[in-house]
Amino acid sequence: MKKFRIAALPFAVYAGIFIVAPIILIFMYSFQGAGGEFTLENFTRFFNFSDPTYLKVLWRSIYLAAISTVICLLLGYPMAYILSKLPNRIRGILSFLFVLPMWMNFLLRTYAWMTLLERTGIINTFLSNLGLPTWDIMYTQGAVILGNVYNFLPFMILPIYNVLIKIDKSVLEASADLGGNGSVTFRKVIFPLSIPGVISGISMTFMPAVTTFVISKLLGGGQNALIGDLIENQFKVTGDWGFGSAMSVILMVLILAAMQIMQRYEDENDGSGGVLL
Amino acid sequence: MKDNLIRLENISMSYGEKQVLKSINLDVRDKEFITFLGPSGCGKTTTLRIIGGFEHQTSGNVYFDGQLINDVPPHKRQLNTVFQKYALFTHLNVYDNIAFGLRISKTPEHEIKERVQKMLSMVNLSGYEKRAVTSLSGGEQQRIAIARALVNHPRVLLLDEPLGALDLKLRKEMQTELKAIQQALGITFIFVTHDQEEALTMSDTVVVMKGGKIQQIGTPIGIYNEPVNAFVADFIGESNIIDGIMNEDYVCTFGGKTFDCTDCGFAKNEPVDVVIRPEDFRMVMPREEIICGIVENIVFKGVHYEMHVKSGEITYLVHSTIPEVVGTFVGLEVEPFDIHIMKKSQPEEN
Amino acid sequence: MKKKLSPLSIIYSCLIFVFLYAPIAVLIIYSFNASKSRGTWGGFSLKWYAELFSNSDIMSALVTTLTIAVISAAVSVVIGTAAAVGIYYSKRRTKALLTSAANIPMLNADIVTGISLLLLFTFLKIDLGYITILLAHITFNIPYVILSVMPKLRQLDKNAYEAAIDLGATPLRAFFSVIIPEISPGIVTGAILAFTMSIDDFVISFFTTGGGVSTLSIEIYTMAKRGIKPEINALSAIMFLVVMTLLIIVNVRSSNAEKKREQ
Repeated sequence: MKKFRIAALPFAVYAGIFIVAPIILIFMYSFQGAGGEFTLENFTRFFNFSDPTYLKVLWRSIYLAAISTVICLLLGYPMAYILSKLPNRIRGILSFLFVLPMWMNFLLRTYAWMTLLERTGIINTFLSNLGLPTWDIMYTQGAVILGNVYNFLPFMILPIYNVLIKIDKSVLEASADLGGNGSVTFRKVIFPLSIPGVISGISMTFMPAVTTFVISKLLGGGQNALIGDLIENQFKVTGDWGFGSAMSVILMVLILAAMQIMQRYEDENDGSGGVLL
Repeated sequence: MKDNLIRLENISMSYGEKQVLKSINLDVRDKEFITFLGPSGCGKTTTLRIIGGFEHQTSGNVYFDGQLINDVPPHKRQLNTVFQKYALFTHLNVYDNIAFGLRISKTPEHEIKERVQKMLSMVNLSGYEKRAVTSLSGGEQQRIAIARALVNHPRVLLLDEPLGALDLKLRKEMQTELKAIQQALGITFIFVTHDQEEALTMSDTVVVMKGGKIQQIGTPIGIYNEPVNAFVADFIGESNIIDGIMNEDYVCTFGGKTFDCTDCGFAKNEPVDVVIRPEDFRMVMPREEIICGIVENIVFKGVHYEMHVKSGEITYLVHSTIPEVVGTFVGLEVEPFDIHIMKKSQPEEN
Repeated sequence: MKKKLSPLSIIYSCLIFVFLYAPIAVLIIYSFNASKSRGTWGGFSLKWYAELFSNSDIMSALVTTLTIAVISAAVSVVIGTAAAVGIYYSKRRTKALLTSAANIPMLNADIVTGISLLLLFTFLKIDLGYITILLAHITFNIPYVILSVMPKLRQLDKNAYEAAIDLGATPLRAFFSVIIPEISPGIVTGAILAFTMSIDDFVISFFTTGGGVSTLSIEIYTMAKRGIKPEINALSAIMFLVVMTLLIIVNVRSSNAEKKREQ
């Protein structure tokens, strides 16, 4: 069996070049000035408290992602709960249907909302045909939140659902047997048991929401730029790779820190929030 | 030494610091049914795997038919294995599983067909060719595994606790069947088990192992009647093991009484283990020169009753077909040749 | 135990369902709308499909997307399957090291993976374009293959390989005639997953492309930034169908496998 270990070698080499080295490069670039010299300038520029332009963007990213995540949780938990109550056969198909949009090309999903929300889009045409005032949501923070919620809601439903269906029925019966009515059982038994799913749902929603630049670009317009837009800008427009790398490092650290906190909860349930269906 | 098929010479095996086999020496005769018996972790499976070539001993030699085979890889050894959990190939059906080895040896397809069918009828599963192995019961999978190994006409079949996963009734059936197959084919079976009854029922030779060492090699009857030490005595059926003293040749003391026995060759007043099988006690009226005690409890075991008789500090396990009321004061009689005297076993590190 | 669903939960489910599907449905419906305007229905027409297929930019992006998806899936299946086997039989230390390496692209934000690869390709002076997108896709696909194959290795009977050797197979033959077939469901799932991931990717392709090479996602992004184009609706409808088909295949496979295990 030992001789099979060698099979991991191509991957080890590939990972060394295409996974590990690039991460090292990001760190290197983040500490480099325009002339290639070592500098902390890229970081001090970001954390400039007298001119908090960039910090404001970071704050906006976190703020919008957090609101989107909360909305996803509020919408997603009841949905996951209802799904988990269904008879086995139907729930397989239904949960599949609820997850399917998540596999639809992300850009198309976002694009779909453009066509709906635009000033001359379907919703507004419909409203004005009824003689109602139009809804100018396009290119606002509201549109970004809507885009986030739409794109990431399945990521919230799925892990919670996965945890809920695994709760042992006898636990619920035990609670009822001990005199717990429906709402007591939910508050004292079901919800605490589903926390690991909620945690992984939150991380699967918050992480992509905080790093996105597509949704903000397409639905938020220029004025609602997020940290993702800033990074994209450094690489695609201004060419300030050092600063872009520094922001990527900040983003990585942020995500790693968040992950560490989440991990503590997730370890307990062995990662029930699978990525797959 | 002509009918010696396999010889293990000073086989030792270590995983890092941990020594699992300590200088094993063993001869396996051709066409015999030999069983490695011992508690888990005694090294029996490791010994089997060394013979199969799946593990390589740290030191020592393995001979097969007089040839040194230390460096022969498993796929070139003339033996086949039945694994603990069968290890059937789930992507193949019953027929293709059994034909696997024959295809590798490039046996002509018509011969394969003939041999596979013969094997299937031998294990009473004719007509199962097209079945998926995952659809079979544990017992059926077991038979397929045996057929898959035997179809290659190995000179030796290695069986690693093959009956462990079966229920009691099926186990008994398979024991008889395996023995019958072995006799019909006239090949060597090396069988590993922790079940002493299984070992005694099936084997020509039993090898009792403990802590990486062979404790005793012998026929089932020999091992049962003349265990060499307290461990073997206790492992092969239940035994009373009592602290005693060897006063002189043929005389010993235990439980405060002195008895005649048939053992000799110990030092004067040497502390020994006295081993007495529970069925060798006879319950009689109490009298001065024998052990007397009070019946503490009684359990019906089907054929016999099992009783604990407390005499002073010592509690004796007694099997008898005649029940005795709890609390009765009884005497225990034992024949001199049923008293087995053993050297005190040294404290053994595990 | 099972109570009937309350009307409230049925209504709620329907609303969420509508929320998730309405935008996609609208795209698909409007892909058949003869009128270019969003507000009016100009009758059923396939003209956007016709335009889609005659749009050379989109068609060449489609070719790029599909070939990259196929090649990257194929390469990552080979490297990833081998890696899974190697990792599975490795010692604890190596196992932990390689597993965390495989986890990096899955945990990192796509944008970070994208720019890290951009930095690498620039550093190595590889011209951005088809090859760099392909290498990037292989990079993020391998972990998904490993992730799909690993559980199958764990389910594999520990003695299956030894049984093959015992029956006379050489180690290499045992590997290809026993281990590979036994874990093949995981390999196929990994391949489909890699293919889907590759088609779906935008962010990483966006940062690793150059020289005018674009994938469908990049093409959609560029078009969407400029405004709405009805061809995209047609494209959405087609892509939705493809993704749905692939996912149904994966799901039926895995639920069949589950049923088998339950027997």
